[in-house]
Amino acid sequence: MPGFDFSNVNRNNALHARGVPLPKATSTGTTIVGCIFENGVVIAADTRATSGPIVADKNCEKLHYIAPQIWCAGAGTAADTEFTTSLISSQLELHSLSTGRKPRVVTCMTMLKQHLFRYQGHIGAYLVVAGVDPTGVGLFTVHAHGSTDKLPYVTMGSGSLAAMSVFETQWKSKMTEQEAIDLASNAIQAGIFNDLGSGSNVDVAVITKDKTTLKRGYIKPNERSKKQKSYVFKRGTTAVLNEKIITREEISKYVTVHELKGDETALGEKMDLDV
Amino acid sequence: MEFGTSGMLNEDGIHVDMDRLKKGEVNLGTSIMAINFKDGVILGADSRTTTGAYIANRVTDKLTQVHDTIWCCRSGSAADTQAVADIVHYQLGMYDIQNGRRPTTQTAAAMFQELCYENKDRLSAGLIIAGWDERHGGQVYSIPLGGSLHKQSYAIGGSGSTYIYGYCDANWKEGMDEEEAVNFVKGALQEAIKWDGSSGGVIRMVVLTKKGANRHLYLPDTQYSVRHQ
Repeated sequence: MPGFDFSNVNRNNALHARGVPLPKATSTGTTIVGCIFENGVVIAADTRATSGPIVADKNCEKLHYIAPQIWCAGAGTAADTEFTTSLISSQLELHSLSTGRKPRVVTCMTMLKQHLFRYQGHIGAYLVVAGVDPTGVGLFTVHAHGSTDKLPYVTMGSGSLAAMSVFETQWKSKMTEQEAIDLASNAIQAGIFNDLGSGSNVDVAVITKDKTTLKRGYIKPNERSKKQKSYVFKRGTTAVLNEKIITREEISKYVTVHELKGDETALGEKMDLDV
Repeated sequence: MEFGTSGMLNEDGIHVDMDRLKKGEVNLGTSIMAINFKDGVILGADSRTTTGAYIANRVTDKLTQVHDTIWCCRSGSAADTQAVADIVHYQLGMYDIQNGRRPTTQTAAAMFQELCYENKDRLSAGLIIAGWDERHGGQVYSIPLGGSLHKQSYAIGGSGSTYIYGYCDANWKEGMDEEEAVNFVKGALQEAIKWDGSSGGVIRMVVLTKKGANRHLYLPDTQYSVRHQ
């Protein structure tokens, strides 16, 4: 019989039940927001990616391109938001080419929800979809299970509560572009400072009828400052108790020795050192 | 996707934990209802959607149009009920074009039932279908979790409905006029919102008559007394 072999599912479940932990995915423990203004929409995101308690990336991009006038902010599993948005972006461009019309935000939202519903929540993508199309301005949230909401301001991710508290106290209808950008970036900063899963910088994307502007690193409230003191230990700080010299000929009996020319480093990437 | 930390191993070594499957899903812990009255039907709902203890949307529209004068009230999983309503919306649109006439409420209800019954072990959807058609006038159908279909004079559903069985039974009258009917729905939903923690926000209503669909909106800051929109 052709098809997938699901026999490992039972094995994995049995292993998990006996206490074997599941492999960890890099998740964007995130704050993402969106907000409609007079004649457009703004979305914003923090830039921290985490893997468990580790910050996996201090400056990752959570604002994804769908179409020139449709952008998406992603929370949840990093790989899932990345691949889901690029898949739908591709399908939407082909759809736009075959219909000869500009892509619409509702079309994008419907394609996303149908894709995510089919996978019953196993694709961990939580998205804020925003854009401007010939029918007007659009702003939606799409949850991993395939449910959608249409609202004038939205927040998602682990920092959504902190961000929503900003919107619920400061939002007003009919804001200017700058007012909306300020509100959205304030909401993200609330996430950065009050949510452990969010951090680093604020990315903003502004979409209007005429143009889209991606402001990468719009606010950088966590710049690494120059160290006030050098913490390099002076040579000779540690006492040498004994010394043994092993010659190259000697070690060649056990390992292969490659000759390096100049200052190149063997294999792997160079490491940054604190000075 | 996150998985629960508890591991339940069955006798045959197969992991069985139904709760794990839909963790973190968006829920419509809801109060919904639909009633018949003299000139047609009225659908009503609260506006709260939750993910666990968090209110994901406080102004949700749980009254969904699937044809000109056929609507449904959604309760249960937001994703499941939206998917089902989207499919029926498409099917009714096709029905109208292919047969050159509007579908009846019964036809729509049968389409909903087919989806809910055939996929009963995959779905958590409790639906109330209400509509008005030229042949039968106003009709109300209810499709609870198992996928059965019940034609009723009025139907209530969602977690908040348990608190208003008494209210509805005591106050129900056959053949009310529109004002009486709106007040019946509003009164019932106010009680449901008051007692059910998973229900709240605004009260939305749709009145379906010969004249078409008419929306009502009542806000909590005026004790739901002023009609907006």
